[in-house]
Amino acid sequence: MTLLIVENLNKNFGGVVAARNVSFSLVAGEILAMIGPNGAGKSTSFNMVGGQLRPDSGRVLLAGQDITGLPPRAICRLGVGRSFQVAQTFLSMSVLENLQMALIAYAGRTRDMLARSSALFRDEALGLLNQVGMAEAAARPMGALAYGDVKRVELAIALSGAPRLLLMDEPTAGMAPAERAALMRLVADIARRAAIGVLFTEHDMDAVFAHADRILVLVRGEIIAAGTPEEVRANPEVQRVYLGTSGLRAALRARAAAHG
Amino acid sequence: MSVEFSFLLVQALSGLASASSLFIIASGLTLVFGVTRIVNFAHGSFYMLGAYVAVSIVPWLLQIERSPTLFFVGVLISACVVGVLGVVMEILLLRRIYKVPELFQLLATFGVVLMVQDAVLYFWGPLDIAGPRAPGLRHGVMILDQRFPAYELFLIAAGPVVLGLLWLLMHKTRFGILLRAATRDRDMVGALGVNQALLFTGTLFLGAFLAGLGGALQIPRVSASAQMDLSIITEAFVVTVIGGMGSIGGAFLAALLIGQLQAFGVLIFPKITLVLVFLLMALVLVVKPWGLLGRPESTAGHTALPEGIMQPRGFAAAEKLLLLLAVLAAASVPIFGDTYTIKVATEVLIFALAAFSLNFLVGNGGIVSFGHAAYFGLGAYASGLLVTKLGMPMEPALIAAPLAGGFFAALFGFFIVRLQGIYLAMLTLAFAQIAYAVCFQWVEVTGGDNGIVGVWPSTWAASRSAYHYIVLVAAMAGILALRHVIYAPFGASLRAARDSAQRAEAIGIDVRTHRWLGFTIAGAAAGLAGGLYAFSKGSIDPTLLGIPLSVDFLAMILLGGMQTVMGPVLGAAAFHSIKDIFMPLTDHWRFLLGASIIALVLIFPRGLGGAYAALRARFSGGAP
Repeated sequence: MTLLIVENLNKNFGGVVAARNVSFSLVAGEILAMIGPNGAGKSTSFNMVGGQLRPDSGRVLLAGQDITGLPPRAICRLGVGRSFQVAQTFLSMSVLENLQMALIAYAGRTRDMLARSSALFRDEALGLLNQVGMAEAAARPMGALAYGDVKRVELAIALSGAPRLLLMDEPTAGMAPAERAALMRLVADIARRAAIGVLFTEHDMDAVFAHADRILVLVRGEIIAAGTPEEVRANPEVQRVYLGTSGLRAALRARAAAHG
Repeated sequence: MSVEFSFLLVQALSGLASASSLFIIASGLTLVFGVTRIVNFAHGSFYMLGAYVAVSIVPWLLQIERSPTLFFVGVLISACVVGVLGVVMEILLLRRIYKVPELFQLLATFGVVLMVQDAVLYFWGPLDIAGPRAPGLRHGVMILDQRFPAYELFLIAAGPVVLGLLWLLMHKTRFGILLRAATRDRDMVGALGVNQALLFTGTLFLGAFLAGLGGALQIPRVSASAQMDLSIITEAFVVTVIGGMGSIGGAFLAALLIGQLQAFGVLIFPKITLVLVFLLMALVLVVKPWGLLGRPESTAGHTALPEGIMQPRGFAAAEKLLLLLAVLAAASVPIFGDTYTIKVATEVLIFALAAFSLNFLVGNGGIVSFGHAAYFGLGAYASGLLVTKLGMPMEPALIAAPLAGGFFAALFGFFIVRLQGIYLAMLTLAFAQIAYAVCFQWVEVTGGDNGIVGVWPSTWAASRSAYHYIVLVAAMAGILALRHVIYAPFGASLRAARDSAQRAEAIGIDVRTHRWLGFTIAGAAAGLAGGLYAFSKGSIDPTLLGIPLSVDFLAMILLGGMQTVMGPVLGAAAFHSIKDIFMPLTDHWRFLLGASIIALVLIFPRGLGGAYAALRARFSGGAP
């Protein structure tokens, strides 16, 4: 069954068209990248799926259920985990407590005034940290972690609600190149293993072409191309739009060379 | 019909006159906020100083010659003197606190308010001083068939003139253009190599000048008095918040609105004009959270470590022993102490509960309430009124106290938790002032300014010792219950929402509802403390809801350390004991308190609890 269906999303800011008839779909276990130059409407489309923005028109269906315009917390409860461009975690808490908090929220126990929160979901929290390779840092304060590790913990938090869909807004932004590849491999690994659909935006073309099953190309609020990395790479319109955008051109060349 | 019309016209005109005055003052406040991002409580003090300096200078000038020119020269000199005082404040204090959390800024500038209050009493004495009337503007003007004071007409013109001059300054001078740029994006202006120190000092001169001008222009209308600072500052806050902080045009619009609302509100609801004003503010903020012409605050610093409770630890063995000793000490006061000591110890326990409930919001939830005394006072009034008016015994009246505190916290909190940062703090202050105004003005029920006496405990609890034990049990139960919640998932969720509301929402936490619930719980605990206090004191009066008591509570948690769980208890004990020892010794208690608050903010911002935590970390060798 199709996990996510986005139908004809439109969004204008004043006179500026940020998204025009954006439609796409995603099946479970699929990794879908959304690329495009700055200001192409990636974040707008992304935030309309995540609930941070309400579309002017169009629908978003999650496993057949209409989630258009629901607040982020409701969308989260329906099985959507998300990470932010600037990682959002709870800096006053330890790494483990961050995960415990997320699990408490997932269990719907945030109004509990009797239990001791530090005693709840310890094993589950450690399990999630294990998944992202951060179990050893469990006791450290979140504020003391390197940014790459913060991103990993954020991924674990996003996974804590056993999501069907992961939304990742520039997952590797602000990270060192070596860390980027490792994080993307980790995401791809987890997604394939647990059959989680992943929708991500990204500026790092290496990450996109290495891990995405399919790619959407947005320009001025419209999807101008969609398909497998090979199809997108061969698409003349994409080439035309990106000519001069050295990142993609270099990536295209590198990929073309690698594939002979 | 024509009589009615002329009456309405005159009413509208007097509304315009007060709008003008209010705008002149508020424009300075909003200007200073726009550039420095500091909400300057002392702005009201500048206004008061403007009036006091004017009533000293202007009569002296008028002795030379009774000319309108000299009157206005005197007014301008007064405003300049106050402007210079603003510069002094910028250089000595504000410069050091531009980067600290806004709660600390508010407290530090409130410290200045306290110091100025005592300074004014010292230099000008406790009696109100009436100013001279303006030569050439002493007559009345006939408007239709109503007499209208010429000076009021002059004031009506003064507001737009100041607006026009400010506009010219902002658009035609380099200083003004920098002011506007800094209001938009302070960091960018700094990055462009502008001398920020000079810009900020200049801004403070202008802001204080406008406050002083507003005060000096008032002298023909109202006497200079030592209470005019706090009454004007709340009105100026309301104007800037409704208009949008940092927006001069917004302040003008808001002043017009409020002037008319007051002028006509007084005809319809003579007793509750203040309430109308604050209701307008609440309404505007719900519809437009950044005021009429304000801009959303950038959410910079989102990745900064939060100021407040971090990872709460349980009690270590030694701390359990300390706690036991503290409880034993509190319990043994009636055995060893005299009546007076028992009373002080009882009050310490009550304030400990109130301060703890405030830190539940501020330290744990990041919700900076500047009006926590409202819920304390409403709890006290609920108990007091039930006992004296309905003849209820103490026991049910004490149960009613937390219910009343919680009810009003839920009512006000519904609006408050929709906002963030400084707007939230301003709204808590506004609601506290509404509650204060109702208790102050509704004389038939509340006894007005004098309050109500005869709020005594039931006979079995009438002795000081017996009542002390009641308070000990109730306050301890309240504190331990709140403490338990801090460690529970709900308390952690409040911290999570404080750290990152975006992340909290994304893991499924309904941030607004949780904050609302937290606000209500804290209000209920404060209400209980207030009820206990009413029976301890035997009376209730509006000071129990006043800004000074709210600030006392804040000073307690600051002194105790708002990043610690138990610090507020320590802070309440230390603050109240110090106040009790030193207040009788000096005539300048407020000056001392103000200076202490400033010193606390500047050199000791983590409080006693912070000092203890550092000590503990050193001896255990572990991380703090």
